[in-house]
Amino acid sequence: MAYSILTTMVKFPTVDKRNLFENNKPLYDSSKRISPAIGELKEIGRYRHLLAQLIRRDILTRYKRSFLGVAWTMLNPLGTMLVMTIVFAKLFRADMGEIPFSVYILSGLIVWNFFSQGTNAAMSGLVWGGNLLQRIYVPRTIFALSAIGTATVNILLSIIPLFIVMLITRAKFYLSLLFLPVPIFLLICFTLGFGLVISSLAVFFPDVSEMYQILLVAWMYLTPIIYPETIISESMMVFYKLNPMYWMVKIFRIPILNGVLPSWADMGISAAIAFGTLIIGWFFFTSKSDEYAYRV
Amino acid sequence: MPTVSKIVNNTLNETNREPMIQLDSISVRYNLPTERIGSFKEYAIRLIQRKLKFKSFWALNDINLTVYKGEVFGIIGANGAGKSTMLKIISKVMHPTKGRVRVWGHIAPLLELGAGFHPELTGRENIFLNGALLGYSREQMEAVFDDIVSFSELNNFIEAPIRTYSSGMYARLGFAVATAHQPEILIVDEILSVGDEAFQKKCNDRMTEFRENGATVLMVSHSMDVILSMCNRVAWLDRGKLMAIGPADQVVAQYREGKP
Repeated sequence: MAYSILTTMVKFPTVDKRNLFENNKPLYDSSKRISPAIGELKEIGRYRHLLAQLIRRDILTRYKRSFLGVAWTMLNPLGTMLVMTIVFAKLFRADMGEIPFSVYILSGLIVWNFFSQGTNAAMSGLVWGGNLLQRIYVPRTIFALSAIGTATVNILLSIIPLFIVMLITRAKFYLSLLFLPVPIFLLICFTLGFGLVISSLAVFFPDVSEMYQILLVAWMYLTPIIYPETIISESMMVFYKLNPMYWMVKIFRIPILNGVLPSWADMGISAAIAFGTLIIGWFFFTSKSDEYAYRV
Repeated sequence: MPTVSKIVNNTLNETNREPMIQLDSISVRYNLPTERIGSFKEYAIRLIQRKLKFKSFWALNDINLTVYKGEVFGIIGANGAGKSTMLKIISKVMHPTKGRVRVWGHIAPLLELGAGFHPELTGRENIFLNGALLGYSREQMEAVFDDIVSFSELNNFIEAPIRTYSSGMYARLGFAVATAHQPEILIVDEILSVGDEAFQKKCNDRMTEFRENGATVLMVSHSMDVILSMCNRVAWLDRGKLMAIGPADQVVAQYREGKP
């Protein structure tokens, strides 16, 4: 009796040489895994240098061989805006009041370009990185993060042509412009979350990246970017409000065009969409992250 | 070579054995679809018809092994034996289906040389990019930058885009970056066959230097001569099973005879 108590109470050390080193904690232990979503955050912290290098690489390589270099980041939306303004200005001008149509279009395009470029780069980044993921360990989310990081540099650069167009069209420079970092931050969160979902789907189904291009075109026209919100009928507005990009564009434009801050309701809905998408995207992506090395 | 005998003695000395890598009943299962399913439509149809067939096979089957500090450990076996899968499990690229891996130290993989280089970037920029892929910060790479340039003999070309490099220059730079910092564990997957003879000698010298400094080396090779000249101990894998493990000459002899 006493003996059995003793054996259950006291755990005898097993005769195993490994136990000598058991207190010597391994750097990597496959059995000690915290939730992948949390673990990934830690890994990103450890690999922050790689993140910086990847963003640097994307920016350097994008402009290295072109004559105008970084200027293209600014000229690209400017050119699209010019075309759009010429084509659509006649159609919609009446509805715009004192807001210059070109500024309206350009501010919308800046948001849209960020989203479409960011998500596309996240997708191609993971497929490109797949080659690497099979050979060496890097945190899986790093390609999406660096894609969004590059897009963030670009959006900051594209603010410059926006201001130039505002000067030319004699648009007012409101103090509310100082609020812009907040909508940009929410846009980053939303784009990252969505980019994570779409890029992990693209790994499993190669069709996705082709389908996504078509989806993007449709999505862009379903978002009031090149036409004023006022032409949308009351009954259609319900559907517009289900479109996350409607909110992202809206809260970015209000401080530029109207000189006021977005309402609390607008900000609340936008923040819920942005953080919700980011959290869902992060958990979805990391829950599949063991499989990427097998699949890509 | 007094250092090699020191290492051999070290590994044979039971009291001094400090594990660096330990695999406990590791199994890895691959699920391969019998046909490639590339579209949603096909996937959905098959899912409904329950015709989603997977051929699953065990790339590694219940592997137990320990690699000790300071060893040069070789892995041999025919193609498809599971050697690369084993390296992937150890370097955290894949997660085992069953079992437990533990690694006591930082791993530097000698990738297929130059994987992760970007052709448009200069040699200099690629050094920092590749260093970051291996987990080193900019400062850490700056500290060894001159060493990398001189080791890879790229002095005049370091500011040129890497797409202009010859394959030999590519390989030299890749090796120089991967080995610029001495890792605690170096993984070598069949790479020492690249480059000319002079460069191969340089690579071998650097590996020997690492070994003398107490680094653990894990290498995969099809060349038994390389294995015999470099390794203390060897594991022989065949279709995912561990056939033999022990001193290099013994296991290589078994492997050549085909008898475990």
